[in-house]
Amino acid sequence: MIPTSFDYVRAASVPEAIQLLKNFNGEGKLIAGGHSLVPLMKFRITTPGTLIDISQIQELKGVSKEGGRLVIGALTTYAEALGDPLVAAHLPVLAEAIQKIADLQVRNKGTIGGNIAHADPAADLPALALALDAVVHITGEDGEERVPIQDFLFGPFMTALPETSIVTAVSFAIPPTEGKSTYLKYFHPASGYAVVGVAAVARKTADGVINHIRVGITGAGDCAFRAENVEKYLLGKTATLENISKAAQLAADEVDMGEDLFASSDYRRHLCEVYTERALRKVLL
Amino acid sequence: MAKKYPVQVKVNGKMKSAEVEPRLLLVHLLRDEFDLTGTHIGCDTSQCGACTVMLDGMAVKSCTILAIQADGAEITTVEGLGSREELHPIQQGFWEKHGLQCGFCTPGVMMAVNGLLQENINPSEAEIREALDGVICRCTGYQFIVKAVQHAAELIREQQSQPVSLENVTTRGDVS
Repeated sequence: MIPTSFDYVRAASVPEAIQLLKNFNGEGKLIAGGHSLVPLMKFRITTPGTLIDISQIQELKGVSKEGGRLVIGALTTYAEALGDPLVAAHLPVLAEAIQKIADLQVRNKGTIGGNIAHADPAADLPALALALDAVVHITGEDGEERVPIQDFLFGPFMTALPETSIVTAVSFAIPPTEGKSTYLKYFHPASGYAVVGVAAVARKTADGVINHIRVGITGAGDCAFRAENVEKYLLGKTATLENISKAAQLAADEVDMGEDLFASSDYRRHLCEVYTERALRKVLL
Repeated sequence: MAKKYPVQVKVNGKMKSAEVEPRLLLVHLLRDEFDLTGTHIGCDTSQCGACTVMLDGMAVKSCTILAIQADGAEITTVEGLGSREELHPIQQGFWEKHGLQCGFCTPGVMMAVNGLLQENINPSEAEIREALDGVICRCTGYQFIVKAVQHAAELIREQQSQPVSLENVTTRGDVS
């Protein structure tokens, strides 16, 4: 399959990329690793007029630690993040999630920033980003902006990214060392995408009371979401099997489930509950 | 006619160039422009891995990369892995353990395995199966492929543990 014709231009820096986005007046589309975009272009689901290639902008690569957060440059590939010592030391749950993304070859090209900016409703990282209070670093004509992930994602392939702005990094809150975190996923058997993926981050006090809990769910609906009812139910309670089981029943109670040939909305709701319960057991018991 | 752009890549050690439309995929550059038809197109949807090549040292799916984005890169295709006279240990492994049936996916499988073995010459069966996640073989049920990879890893380990023969050392002291 061959994409429709388009023009191509390479940006050497972030300001140049922004200028090019402006010049093309909404017709320009950024490409990084291309592993979400190129398949859509081959199916001609998307037909951009011009691709602006940002994959060579070196300043957008790499991982750094800023206070209690790990900042991952937008062009950092999954494979680079997986092999990064800061990720291994401070955010092992990111490595756990990345190992569940696609396969070896795709992880060598796909980027963290591309994943978040593409906002595929079945992508894995949005669930983890929600559970780790991620912040999306954006640069545009008027300078830099930092947008919490909940405000950034708002629909299937839809984000709050302005037309002439670029995602430069994604930062994740380093979970408390005394807490636990995980990402569990029910894989679509053919595509490997998440039918449902659940990320959970939690911490208990010495006497077993839950004082921090975040649950992010992807794949189930139009857009990854935080299971806030689960969080509210558990916060301040003790981590017992009964509490976990009751909380998990609330995982998808206020969200419209997606439906396709592979999984009905009832099945997806069931998977949300089951995978939330498993994730909660892992981080709370 | 869409505008064409120059692309220069080093393929299997040789500099090659072409004028390409931005929409040309790397796999088509290799097959149609450079006649390297060992790289196959299977699913064409980034799943089967038959098109896997090494791009700057990493296994990638060439059906999902624009040729123009590979400008300046170093590429190894299955033709660059070994030769008929001197098979690469991976090819030797697949030959001796019959890690194939129809052979269509085999070039991509061997390149994905190359990606694994250059990082880890002593992989466990689980690690081998994980590395094969991005390739689909419809004939073998993977049993023989896993055996072929284990054998290839063994051959590479043997090769690396052998002392360098003086006959292979040039007058400059390089090992040929």
